[in-house]
Amino acid sequence: MTTTPAAETVPTAAALALGDDALVLSHRLGEWAGHAPVLEEEVALANIALDLLGQARVLLSTAGDEDELAFRREERAFRNCQLVEQPNGDFAHTIARQLFFSTYQHLLHDRLASGDGPFAPLAGKAVKEAAYHRDHAEQWTLRLGDGTDESHSRTQRAVDALWRYTGELFQPVEGLDEVDWAGLERTWLELVTDVLGRATLTVPEGPRTGAWSAGAGRQGLHTEPFGRMLAEMQHLHRSHPGATW
Amino acid sequence: MTTTHAAEAPPPDAPDGLQEHFDATIARDQRIEPRDWMPDGYRRTLIRQIAQHAHSEIIGMQPEGEWITRAPSLRRKAILFAKVQDEAGHGLYLYSAAETLGADRDDLTQRLIEGRQKYSSIFNYPTLSFADVGVIGWFVDGAAICNQVPLCRSSYGPYARAMVRICKEESFHQRQGYELLMTMMRGTDAQREMVQDAVDRWWWPSLMMFGPPDDASPNSARSMAWKIKRHSNDELRRRFVDMTVPQAEKLGVTLPDPELRWNEEAGHHDFGTPDWDELMRVIKGDGPCNDRRMERRRTAHEEGAWVREAATAHAAKQAARARKGAAA
Repeated sequence: MTTTPAAETVPTAAALALGDDALVLSHRLGEWAGHAPVLEEEVALANIALDLLGQARVLLSTAGDEDELAFRREERAFRNCQLVEQPNGDFAHTIARQLFFSTYQHLLHDRLASGDGPFAPLAGKAVKEAAYHRDHAEQWTLRLGDGTDESHSRTQRAVDALWRYTGELFQPVEGLDEVDWAGLERTWLELVTDVLGRATLTVPEGPRTGAWSAGAGRQGLHTEPFGRMLAEMQHLHRSHPGATW
Repeated sequence: MTTTHAAEAPPPDAPDGLQEHFDATIARDQRIEPRDWMPDGYRRTLIRQIAQHAHSEIIGMQPEGEWITRAPSLRRKAILFAKVQDEAGHGLYLYSAAETLGADRDDLTQRLIEGRQKYSSIFNYPTLSFADVGVIGWFVDGAAICNQVPLCRSSYGPYARAMVRICKEESFHQRQGYELLMTMMRGTDAQREMVQDAVDRWWWPSLMMFGPPDDASPNSARSMAWKIKRHSNDELRRRFVDMTVPQAEKLGVTLPDPELRWNEEAGHHDFGTPDWDELMRVIKGDGPCNDRRMERRRTAHEEGAWVREAATAHAAKQAARARKGAAA
């Protein structure tokens, strides 16, 4: 049994959207290597990054050559949501980003895994990984939110700052017609509200989509830090055209 | 040499028979376990050695971690991620082994950060190209394997068992590093030049990983008598050279040592003398990256303080709630 959907049956736009989400978030988590607050988190963050990188490789391979797609596309051709490209910030920002994304990813893959679409085999594997990522993010949200005054205020700041990028997660992705996006969003909001409440944090009142962020990443419109991230990621590959590594 | 098992006179307060029992356990090649009596010197030496080994794993994440965000293919990126993650895991096993001797991980971390305990000299050299990642796998993990395989028979049980797990993973990394270099050597001229340049920069520092020559290694004799160490620095260095020379030939690179040649009579390679003054300078903190490595470790620790405090405060609140719940 294979977890790789046959390339001809997979909608490319959807493979790129999901694959780019995983690739970009994995890269951001890689920036933590050697900087984590405790050794256990060095292991955990690398573990999550590796899971995501594995998902990205399967998805991008169904859309074309994984390295061609990762290292030779320009910023405007990437289809990831803006949430995953946000800089790591402090540990609270990284955890808030993880909470928002992994809750979304867990729900989405759960939906896809139970359907009979081309992504079902991949989602079946990814849903187990996403469940672990979500648990990790929830546990840390509780520790940080309901920890010290400092950790509480840092985490509230992070939640507030990233809130505006969460609406985009529920813009319908072309090719994933089986997904009830509005239903997914309602469940996501309930789950996130519950975790934030238990962590003694306030659910932000601000909009979840700004003028720019509604579906922008999926159309290749990104935030400024993303170009810099790609410059670092792609530099060596682009410096040696045609080389095999 | 190993027949001198009474390496240290029993302290005046060692209860009757314990020193004899310890010596006999070592002599029979049996393991010392955490609850066994052991001489203070044995305990101190082991804490120092295991802690420095753990620190090396943690600092060793930095030179390779430099390239995670620049790895030129997704496959190499995944391999590098997995390797750096393994190193953090090795650090965790080793700190646990040190804690069985009564050391405390936070205290050991503090000693590292304050420069009171060392880590392997090799990690004070910079990674300047992606070929360095492959050469670190080939040389540095290769040297670590030469050093560590005999430690799987070290007289202290928890250390020996940690080494069994670590060595399995290290050999895997070493093969992956060599495979990267093989791929690069079959590639473009620029890639081949990168590999040779990395080999030239890492060869001598790798030989220095085995420590100073035997006649200048103050702790060796005692560690060998206690069977903490099983072979001398020079012996392990020679073994590494013998192992690596044919691999270099197969790869198609030269090793930067004009004195390197096979000695038929000795059945070993003769090789030049590493720059021991350089080793001393690097160990004393004056290598190319010492400041950078320490600063990064210190910063991660300091910037993570609020996170660790939050985790402690949250655990205390949870415990208090559980007590209140039980009392109600």
